[in-house]
Amino acid sequence: MNPALWVDVVLAVMLVGLAVAVLRARELFVSIMLFVAWGLLLALAWARLSAPDVALAEAALGAGLTGALLLGAARALGGTSTKGDAP
Amino acid sequence: MMRLHRVILALLLAAFGWLLARAFVSLPASPPHLADAVTAQMDQSGVTHPLTAVLLNFRGYDTLLEIGVLLLAGLAALAVSGSATTTPRAELLDRPAVLLGLVRVLMPVLVVVAFYILWIGSYRPGGAFQAGSILGAGGVLLVLAGVVDGARVRLALRMILGFGFLVFLLVSATVMAGGRALLEYPVPYAGLLILLIECAATLSIGAILTLLFLGVVAKEEAS
Repeated sequence: MNPALWVDVVLAVMLVGLAVAVLRARELFVSIMLFVAWGLLLALAWARLSAPDVALAEAALGAGLTGALLLGAARALGGTSTKGDAP
Repeated sequence: MMRLHRVILALLLAAFGWLLARAFVSLPASPPHLADAVTAQMDQSGVTHPLTAVLLNFRGYDTLLEIGVLLLAGLAALAVSGSATTTPRAELLDRPAVLLGLVRVLMPVLVVVAFYILWIGSYRPGGAFQAGSILGAGGVLLVLAGVVDGARVRLALRMILGFGFLVFLLVSATVMAGGRALLEYPVPYAGLLILLIECAATLSIGAILTLLFLGVVAKEEAS
């Protein structure tokens, strides 16, 4: 197998794994941090799909700004920083 | 009560999944070759990067509405975030020196990168939305470092909030006055008009994104 395919496979597996981790994390703060990491990986995935425009937008908006907004929102929620009905 | 919640949620998700599956199945077997049509019309568009040509010229209407939606989001954030308090000058001077130094070094770089991304948008990946989000990131950095005065910055942001949408509307109205369709740019001026719209849109997008973040921060301080 060629190395480029390996990179893609690792990227895809990490994306799905991180997505599950975002949903399963107990604390909102941890979820948001994982979400930002997931957004950066997704930007890499877009770059691998030769869509640099989308990759730029995903890195700046999806990972950076959404992460900052989510952090602000989580802090505004105050004490209820653990998810309500997590299993 | 909680169970009912979950049943309804599961039903909604199942319905959504079914719709997605149906849309996927009903896709044409061979994708329509819109790329060929775009390539054939490229010399009419005023730019050389196909994505910018589609976003700002061939499907300019969609982008106009997108900027309108962003403007609405910014206005909604303004409405719910309440009034900002003015930070006393002495408090502004009392910030960590390293943070202030970082902001001083980073801000000019961010502005230059944003406008570089905007400029190369006409022939390479880039454009108003990416440039605007970089400006917005700069705004978020300023807010986080606490070096901007909330109330005054809010007024300045409010001034440029609708600027992009306004310029976009003005351009579309002006070309219509010349007997053309909505957003049908005259070919010799297409590149210039696109750059004009993109410059205004970049400023507005940066302002709106900063306002969204400022809204969250103000909300937090108020509570």
